[in-house]
Amino acid sequence: MTAVDREMAAAESAPAAPAVVYRHRVSTRLWHWTNVVTLVVMLMSGLMIFNAHPRLYWGAYGANQDHPWLEIGSTNGAGVLRVGSLTVETTGVLGLWQDGDGRWNRTAFPGWATIPSNYNLALARRWHLTFAWLFAAGILLYLIWSLANRHLWRDLAPSRSELAPRHIAGDIRNHALLRFPKGEAARRYNILQKLAYLGVLIVLIPTMVLTGLTMSPAMDAAWPWLLDLFGGRQSARSIHFIAAGLLVLFILVHLAMVVLAGPINEVRSMITGRYRLPQEKRQ
Amino acid sequence: MTGPLFSRRRVLAAGGLGATSLALSGCDDLGSNETFHDTILTGGERLAYRVQRFLAGDRLAPEYSEAEKSPFFRTNGNNQIAAPDYRRHIADGFANWRLDVSGLVEAPRGFSLDELRAMPARTQITRHDCVEGWSAIGGWTGVPLAALLKEVKVKPAARFVVFRCADQFGGINYYESIDLIDAFHPQTILAYAMNGETLPEGHGAPLRLRVERQLGYKQAKFIMRIELVSVLSGIGGGKGGFWEDVADYEWYAGG
Repeated sequence: MTAVDREMAAAESAPAAPAVVYRHRVSTRLWHWTNVVTLVVMLMSGLMIFNAHPRLYWGAYGANQDHPWLEIGSTNGAGVLRVGSLTVETTGVLGLWQDGDGRWNRTAFPGWATIPSNYNLALARRWHLTFAWLFAAGILLYLIWSLANRHLWRDLAPSRSELAPRHIAGDIRNHALLRFPKGEAARRYNILQKLAYLGVLIVLIPTMVLTGLTMSPAMDAAWPWLLDLFGGRQSARSIHFIAAGLLVLFILVHLAMVVLAGPINEVRSMITGRYRLPQEKRQ
Repeated sequence: MTGPLFSRRRVLAAGGLGATSLALSGCDDLGSNETFHDTILTGGERLAYRVQRFLAGDRLAPEYSEAEKSPFFRTNGNNQIAAPDYRRHIADGFANWRLDVSGLVEAPRGFSLDELRAMPARTQITRHDCVEGWSAIGGWTGVPLAALLKEVKVKPAARFVVFRCADQFGGINYYESIDLIDAFHPQTILAYAMNGETLPEGHGAPLRLRVERQLGYKQAKFIMRIELVSVLSGIGGGKGGFWEDVADYEWYAGG
């Protein structure tokens, strides 16, 4: 046995120091933190813009005399959310809510959820349509870069075996039981992560950007195919709202997972790129 | 293990909440900060103007079929005008009314409604998009603004067309302006008819602007005078339109 062999044997038998892997490239980290800022601004200024006409329609046109599929308002001293034939009372949260000074307001989304916190369509549009450029440029550059450095294929594209229903069901079960991958298995994204990240990256965010562009009358002249793609301007506005809701849902689950999987390790890996693989439980 | 982890989580959560609320109250402060507003927050409009002008060129806004029209086209802005002058004109079908075209033009003159109706007309079924979010599809017939501008011969120094209107908000007459790219766009018309009938008062009789690649507040109603200018600084508060001056809406409303 040489000295090196002895050392290796010793290392194998000793409790392994937690392996640290380089997990997030600079492009991913930069894009992630840019999104933290832009998404918060876009979502909150978007809710203020929605407040200007808190009704959603399907098709090319839609205004007060037309039938909305979703509406937030107030009737008989109660805030209400109507979706199709369903009516939910939402007093205190949507349609009728109290501000910090105890005054009642009738806008759809409350001040704590909007930018600016008071009703100001012009200012909300300035926030929204300025940060939209950052948001759109971010996804465009990140998608191009992720194709160029093969991030999409290497880290995110699911393999055939991962897509097997049995594998997906197993991963859902693991998540439900809060059983997260340990050791070597934690090097790669699991199938639910892959599907969630891919869904956000190639479906949700591009949909947000394209439906946003469809609402612009000048862009409809430049790219009329946008209207065909989404079934008209008011449909695009509805899809914009739904996709934003799904993004909020993704963010909530994402944050919950970060907290459950070990917030310090997770947040550090998104700052420095280095991720400590969770150790396997010793018997 | 659960104890310390829980407290670490709580510390992080509290820190996150604190940072978030600080950032959010900061947004209101930033939004009302003049420097941030003028350098950053107006950036979206400046970029949109350049990019959309480049992408759209002189392409047409989508036009729709008769069957695709909104069953009801709601009005916006002012729907009725109390001024005695206007009431007299609308009572006699604007027979003695003139549209004044002046400013940086070689041949300033007035146009009667009959003269405008006698000029080559354009009819288009287009979508009207309000800045608030709703849309309505309707048919408009009118004289292309380009034809009118050729009649009065625009001077080379002119860069904007200003529309002076009869309706008022809080005692101020409505006004709007567009650049010459939109002014000479084939779909930019002064509409005197809507859905095949004389333009009703609620939609801006006798004349309303249709500038189809921009939002609703640019579609000035009740147009009385048209003025060609080289800069917008002398018009109202200097931002080119009533809502631009009063509420800080974008002057370029292409998106």
